[in-house]
Amino acid sequence: MSASAMSLEAIQREMAAAVMRPLTADEEMQAMAPDGRAMSDVAASFVAPNSRLSAFERLEIYNRQYWFRVLGALAEDFPALRAVVGGRDFEALSVAYLTAHPSRSFSLRNLGSKLVEWLAAHPQFAGRRHRLAVDVARIEWAFVEAFDLAEREPLTLEQIATLDGGSRLALQPHVQLLALEYAADDLVLKLHRREKKQTSEAGVKEDEVHAAPAKLPRLRRRPTWVAAHRLDNSVYYRRLAREEFFTLDAIRRGLPLAEALTGGFSDSRMPESRRASFVREMFANWAELGWVCAPELESLIRP
Amino acid sequence: MANRFNANQNHGVGIGLRIPHYRHIFSRKPVVDWFEIISENFMCDAGRPMEVLDQILERYRVVQHGVSMYFGSVTAPDPEHLRRLKQLVRRTNTPWLSDHLCWGSVDGTYTHDLLPLPYTWEAVERTVERVRAVQDYLEIPVAVENVSSYAAFTASEMTEWEFLTEVVERADCGILLDVNNIYVSAMNHEFDPMKYVNAVPAHRVAQIHIAGHTKYERYILDTHDHPVIDPVWQLYARAIERCGPTPTLLEWDDRIPSFDEVHAEALKANRYLNSGVPPVPGVPGERPLLAGVEVPNLGPGKGRTRATEPKDLRFSAEPAEVVR
Repeated sequence: MSASAMSLEAIQREMAAAVMRPLTADEEMQAMAPDGRAMSDVAASFVAPNSRLSAFERLEIYNRQYWFRVLGALAEDFPALRAVVGGRDFEALSVAYLTAHPSRSFSLRNLGSKLVEWLAAHPQFAGRRHRLAVDVARIEWAFVEAFDLAEREPLTLEQIATLDGGSRLALQPHVQLLALEYAADDLVLKLHRREKKQTSEAGVKEDEVHAAPAKLPRLRRRPTWVAAHRLDNSVYYRRLAREEFFTLDAIRRGLPLAEALTGGFSDSRMPESRRASFVREMFANWAELGWVCAPELESLIRP
Repeated sequence: MANRFNANQNHGVGIGLRIPHYRHIFSRKPVVDWFEIISENFMCDAGRPMEVLDQILERYRVVQHGVSMYFGSVTAPDPEHLRRLKQLVRRTNTPWLSDHLCWGSVDGTYTHDLLPLPYTWEAVERTVERVRAVQDYLEIPVAVENVSSYAAFTASEMTEWEFLTEVVERADCGILLDVNNIYVSAMNHEFDPMKYVNAVPAHRVAQIHIAGHTKYERYILDTHDHPVIDPVWQLYARAIERCGPTPTLLEWDDRIPSFDEVHAEALKANRYLNSGVPPVPGVPGERPLLAGVEVPNLGPGKGRTRATEPKDLRFSAEPAEVVR
């Protein structure tokens, strides 16, 4: 298509496709377009050369800028995942993920929103640590969500005390519930600290440090329940008992309190004699952390 | 100067609000004329970004600057983006709002870059329509910023400054004149930057950006990681000569030095704003500024240096500790 015949829309579609296409291993623009055209011809169809750069080279600047920006942004949000799989493999994983799920948001904050599901479905990008990598990605994405999702007026312990079995509650939007296969929460925290230490140490060459996967302590699979949440505008995580996790999960799904507690203690090995005090402790903790609030009116209207 | 595009306010010299400076700002409470915030960094529901913003708003004047409105994109902006932006406008009470004269998304897929437009009549019409719609929705003056660019289009039918003039006149909006971007584009496209500054409709300039950049062997990248160079100050001087004292903002977004260093660099603008315009070498508008400008050989530009402006700077979500 000649440039004079190209509409604004055609130019933008052609350029966006070129800019978002993965770079070569040498971080250059690919020589051939997916449809078999030479990229030098594609570029020349709408980009003008100057005395120093060809149309291909000018378009390549944007191609490179795009990838450096989105790869950098994803690495910032998933430093522990990067350490678990290693810098080289993380980059390959990121390119594949972003090719499948380019940004659909005006903010880079949401760039990793589909990474957990994508990584779970593509084990070849995480090797033998795949299941652990998925857990780590889930924790890191939960941190992003917990960091800036809404906080509504929490219920006090006195207000909670007035509830009955038919009451419905809601969880704070920033509280993120995670059912993990590994106790990866402490690992993520350690890796974040390691990352911070290494990037602040003078003379450490980042590429050398992060190219290979980090040496990790031996972790056994062990069901682990965690909540990532925000308190005084800082993000924390808190290990949950199985019963607490499933009760909170049921509350989030809008079940009445009695059903939520029944579901929470389903298949529980906790002695009956311990349960009443455990429930009291749960509610006291939730009140202190401000985790529960009244449901929004719309959520109470059943179709 | 103060005009209807900056709500008739001359804010003075400001700097971009950046995370590495928070500690200094909150502990030392420095005197700063105003801060420019990246809108997208504060278009969230809650949490530390909003706490920081509210603390800043208690003490300082704030103007919003966006990086993803993409006035020139053929597909319409995300309604959620506009809704959140208006919410933020109400919170900050920003007297005007700026974003870039560029495109960057197609069918809801975002490049997060400020991609240049072909300077065609079709692009003028499309962009004018979008600027007008956004300005009407937000109910505050909107200023469009000229971007740095590395590619030109064979389809272009006019110069960049002609395109900018057509858009702002038809949309009846303001201009955020980035003199560093003019310099970068002039080097990359081999035109005289002073000709650009002289052609801009001065009565529409709401705000001016100054910044540093990175020179490579065959092109310049807009990196906002260096002090402002003399040729850019010369363009600034000429802009002030034409526009009068105008709210000015230094952008420094990568390899950010101390607050005091950034602020001192910004305050150099006062040399031009407060005491009349110092003599500009040569006759403004007649001397091609590129003549005699040395471009050092810093390699072919294959390093992983990013053009900085489009990146919205996220806060760290790292947990401080574990609450058991």
